[in-house]
Amino acid sequence: MAVSGLAFVGFVVGHMYGNLKAFSGHDAFNEYAHHLRELGEPLLPHMGFIWIMRVGLLVALIVHVAAAVELTRRARQARPVQYVVKKHTGAIPASRLMRWGGLTLFLFIVWHLVNFTFGKVNVQGGETDDPYNLLVDTFDVWWMTLIYLVAMAMLGAHLHHGVWSSMQTLGLTGTAEARARVKTISFAIAILIAGGFSLVPIFVLAGVID
Amino acid sequence: MNLTLKIWRQAGSSDKGGIHTYEVSGISQDMSFLEMLDVLNEQLNEMGEEPIAFDSDCREGICGMCSLMINGEAHGPEVTTTCQLHMRSFKDGDTITIEPWRSAAFPVIKDLVVDRSAFDRIIQSGGYISANTGSAPEANSVPVPRDNAVRAFNVATCISCGACVAACPNGSASLFLGAKITHLGELPQGQPERWSRVVDMTAQHDHEGFGGCTNIGECTAACPKEIPLDVISQLNKDLRTAMRHGH
Repeated sequence: MAVSGLAFVGFVVGHMYGNLKAFSGHDAFNEYAHHLRELGEPLLPHMGFIWIMRVGLLVALIVHVAAAVELTRRARQARPVQYVVKKHTGAIPASRLMRWGGLTLFLFIVWHLVNFTFGKVNVQGGETDDPYNLLVDTFDVWWMTLIYLVAMAMLGAHLHHGVWSSMQTLGLTGTAEARARVKTISFAIAILIAGGFSLVPIFVLAGVID
Repeated sequence: MNLTLKIWRQAGSSDKGGIHTYEVSGISQDMSFLEMLDVLNEQLNEMGEEPIAFDSDCREGICGMCSLMINGEAHGPEVTTTCQLHMRSFKDGDTITIEPWRSAAFPVIKDLVVDRSAFDRIIQSGGYISANTGSAPEANSVPVPRDNAVRAFNVATCISCGACVAACPNGSASLFLGAKITHLGELPQGQPERWSRVVDMTAQHDHEGFGGCTNIGECTAACPKEIPLDVISQLNKDLRTAMRHGH
């Protein structure tokens, strides 16, 4: 759970960096997208880097979901009779959102891949083979931006608990100071990533990126 | 104080059980929570009803026997054991819901009494050191660095009450397990069996049917002895080291 989760953290950082290229304009963004397909050539074949990433992420996803299903199954079995009254003292809301939030993120990622990668859906009916134009056409639609912002809020919550939890699982928070430090870092990463991803849709909708 | 009590009643382990409502009056703020239940049981006795079964022993917060879920919090709203919780923490006219610990590994025996021998079996699986019996060794023959001694003492305050399990949304006993692993792992006497201990105790924990930890932290908030979350990190670290050493 922890290791696959950290692989995703690494991925979203890189993904966010690429998205922010949208602020550099049409050509810079498309050139970046194209370059990803040529990355590592001639050592790697065309699209080699992309496919290594895809396979790696798919493996991480399978591990992550399998671990989540197993933990959920064990939790259900460990408490067959529920409390009539149960408070959640000491739990941050993000920690209680992990399972439903994870499912939400999974559904979002399916849609996201249909939207931009495998299906390439332009909700405005325009062209789909130009990454930058597809991006602008998508986020010019207010409800598409809303879907993405909700997903990013969910991602932020997932990271807020997930990053700290992974460090704890890996046994790296053995003192009160380390725990406080990691919790602060987790919150910062959550804000940075969720915020960074949200900038492009918001600025497209506001007309700054067009 | 007058109170409305909603209490889980269950005739035996195979009974389905349910919440019963009782009214108590004339409760003093200076009574402990268990004394308040004693008053209710006196009333039930007088009316010829079966008194409510609940666990208690030392009633001074050190034995870990009392175990009640009070208004959705293990040991109630204060950071202490149920026996050291006093009625001044409640208001006149309050409704208080009292339930047993809910865990598949802690089956209900009767009413609010659960069987926590799963914890004993975890201890039996490795929560000890092997030492020759005989006269006590010279105390200073094995020096213990101060920081290790302090941490070992702090986590050795765990009284195995089970509040961590009761509070955990996953029904995990990782805080209990972590406290025991850290306690012995900090001391020189705990080193010879350190790696087999963590593997065996974790296996027994899982075998008993406790859930897996997702680091939510409700356990440490419920712990009457304030065992910190870093013992779970220590548990994971020791488990990782043990597996690397081939245990």
